Amino acid sequence: MLLLLAVPLATIFAFSFWSQDFLSIDRTLTLKNYREAFTDPIYRVFLLRSLWISGVVTVVTVVLAFPIAYFVSFHVPPERKALWIFLITIPFWTSYLLRAFLWKVILGFNGVLNSGLLGLGIIDEPLTFILYNTNAVVITLAHAFAPFTILPIYVALEKIDRSLLEASQDLGEGTARTFFRVTLPLAMPGVVAATLIVFIPTIGDYVTPRLVGGPDGLMIANMIQTQFLKLNNAPMGAALSVLAMGAVTLISLIFLFANRRFLK
Amino acid sequence: MNWLRVYAIVYLVFLYLPVLLLPVFSFNDATVIAFPLQGFTTQWFKELAGISALHGALKNSLFIGIVSATLSTILGICAARASTRYRFPFKAPIMGAIMLPLVLPEIIVAVSLLVVLMQLGFSLTSWTVIMGHTLICTPFAIAILSSSFQGLDQSLEEAAVDLGETRWGAFSKIILPLVTPGIVASFLIAFTISMDEFIIAFFLTGADPTLPVYIWSQLRFPKRLPSVMALGTLLIVASLVLLSVAEYFRRRGIRRTGAKDSGGFL
Amino acid sequence: MSSIISLSGIQKYYGDYHALRGIDLEIKQGEFFSLLGPSGCGKTTLLRVIAGFEGVSEGVLLLDGADMARVPANKRPTNMVFQSYAIFPHLTVGQNVAFGLRKKGLSKDDMAKAAAEALEMVGLAGYGDRAAHALSGGQRQRVALARALVLKPKVLLLDEPLSALDKKMREQMQSELRRLQRQVGITFILVTHDQEEALIMSDRIAVMFEGEIAQMASPQELYRRPATRRVGEFIGVMNFLEAKQTGTSEKTISFDVEGLGAAEIGIDQFPEGARASADVVGLRPEALSILFEGQKTSGRVADATVQDLAYYGDMTYYEVTLEGSSTPVTISMKNLISRPVLERGTKTRVQWDERSLVIFAA
Repeated sequence: MLLLLAVPLATIFAFSFWSQDFLSIDRTLTLKNYREAFTDPIYRVFLLRSLWISGVVTVVTVVLAFPIAYFVSFHVPPERKALWIFLITIPFWTSYLLRAFLWKVILGFNGVLNSGLLGLGIIDEPLTFILYNTNAVVITLAHAFAPFTILPIYVALEKIDRSLLEASQDLGEGTARTFFRVTLPLAMPGVVAATLIVFIPTIGDYVTPRLVGGPDGLMIANMIQTQFLKLNNAPMGAALSVLAMGAVTLISLIFLFANRRFLK
Repeated sequence: MNWLRVYAIVYLVFLYLPVLLLPVFSFNDATVIAFPLQGFTTQWFKELAGISALHGALKNSLFIGIVSATLSTILGICAARASTRYRFPFKAPIMGAIMLPLVLPEIIVAVSLLVVLMQLGFSLTSWTVIMGHTLICTPFAIAILSSSFQGLDQSLEEAAVDLGETRWGAFSKIILPLVTPGIVASFLIAFTISMDEFIIAFFLTGADPTLPVYIWSQLRFPKRLPSVMALGTLLIVASLVLLSVAEYFRRRGIRRTGAKDSGGFL
Repeated sequence: MSSIISLSGIQKYYGDYHALRGIDLEIKQGEFFSLLGPSGCGKTTLLRVIAGFEGVSEGVLLLDGADMARVPANKRPTNMVFQSYAIFPHLTVGQNVAFGLRKKGLSKDDMAKAAAEALEMVGLAGYGDRAAHALSGGQRQRVALARALVLKPKVLLLDEPLSALDKKMREQMQSELRRLQRQVGITFILVTHDQEEALIMSDRIAVMFEGEIAQMASPQELYRRPATRRVGEFIGVMNFLEAKQTGTSEKTISFDVEGLGAAEIGIDQFPEGARASADVVGLRPEALSILFEGQKTSGRVADATVQDLAYYGDMTYYEVTLEGSSTPVTISMKNLISRPVLERGTKTRVQWDERSLVIFAA
């Protein structure tokens, strides 16, 4: 099992230092791929855009999810909590591919949203800023990762001893200040987990940018796929994979370090 | 806290919006996926029955799903038991490495497996997809099974041995029945993940596509879209049935051991 | 009476950690034996060694004369009541009790009958069809007992069986366990950290510290003549006063004791075979008593001042300092209708007896 994982990762690392000429692989070590990845603007654009989109998706998803987790944990009676969690998770048992595609249907020029709003007379001409760009990618991914953010935050909130909140109010803090001084810091482990759970996989997402992203919404995964399957430049694809992984790891570590006081 | 409840309901609508559109359009009598609706039809469902490529993809996906789910659940049982019962050197790093695919972008898993298979000269078949899917499903299986195993009192097994059972007897008579709900849940979740997984299958599949790969290929043809919608609707129904079965087993497990119901899966 | 269990030179290492440091122990058939000590002293490890869940690094374990070195836990004539009871939650009460009987080759009817008898014995007659997870703590305890006793083991091992129960329930189970043990005549080995429990229930107690047996004796002996200062401290309350040896005669040793003055202590008050440690003597709270006004004295008397007191209803515990000493001394007094409860700061006199002084082994 470990080998199944370690060998591929090692290979991809090795690959990134090789080069390919049509179908033959040259195994002399070279930094050519990395040099190209850093100097050729197209790779830089893809990498930075991926990081940017992932970042925005993460923030949007977590910010949208927190009130839901808070609501279910604090305002739903205990016997109905399971039902709510069940309701939240159900949509995610449907094909991810179809969900991403349906967002295309919803957001498209003749899509559900536009035709609906036109039909109701709210707008006069179709909205175009919501498909085939990064906005569409963000909406779709924020939808796709919703339960993965709600659940860890919910679990962290559930763990908070309710008497701590009463203690805070007993010591003279109002509801809002209790939330910021007690609830939020104690929920941070869940928020941190949720952030990483969204941020790391979204970097590598292929389907959503391809379906709803348009040319300006494509991400690094699409480029990796192109390198591997279309341009027959596996080493370049490998180098990009390594770079993407490295960037994710680095940002995640920085993020963890910045939040270390919450994670004892 | 009324505004919070309103927000929660709006959020749920956002969550359900795409999923609810699926059945709506699958019964819509028009080839264009747009409002207003054109009337009711079941022709898209009937059409599905005639596509043999779809049937092949479905069979292939079921096979891959069942094998991957079985493999990852067995691996999960071993790993969960090892991690909750035994101490061994480098336990934390080893467990961490096994759980890595949980956070590794899937495209990385896909391309790295592809590279290795290319280098070793393997041809791409269903088994290469199974390999990839087992790799990404195992961490989920371990996570689910670990919580089942952790909830067990260690002395239950010792008590069985003390009362005359062998180690294996204690495991099969006491531990296995108590973790059965976890095993069922792990299997179903791994199966669902495998059935739904696209990118690894896309890279590693050979001549026989899996269901998501087939759907992907159909998305390019606008004329095929209504039947894809119909297919999606059937898939939702299937997942709901599977989920209900899983939930039933979970509840039964809880009832049998008298534990407190602490919410759903995951 | 013959030994049902005989341990000699038992050593147990976990890596570098020396958990059992040479345990020698003989337990007689039918005895109620307790292993008493603070957590981490090795008492549970020793119990698990006897049960067969832990191997030994060195030493010999005989169970009814047979060497147990190569006998696995499921083949040993011992059964255990676990601290958590380990009731199988997916089985009924009856199935739990009958669990071990399946290996005995009994018929279905005989099994059911034996299980029903065992349940009756622990006061749970008619509970056979109940779901195990629906039981209360005390009932689980009884099921665990029935499940072990139904196999008629030569030795029943109890690992802190009462620690999870509340005080009332615990007291009730203590006397019930005692009664049950007399009734079935099986050797019981109880592991506990509760000295009171050990005193109440046991025929003999081994007090353990850091993987060694510090003292093994009857409850009375243990209370009255703790071999070391640590044993004295661990069991009940004990006061310690500095003492200087001033002379010896054939049958007594003379001491000058802090706050009490000269004392002649009989040789027979020393722990057996030990040389007296001369720098401290111990005395129990009840070995001193406060002389209330007008009370006549029959023994030795010292002056004291009440520093603090704790009123328990039936008893009052006074903390006093003796004249010429700053060491606080605890005195327990029964509250009688004729006795006032003294206030803090009261000057009083206390009466003591040379025969109740305890000298420890060096």
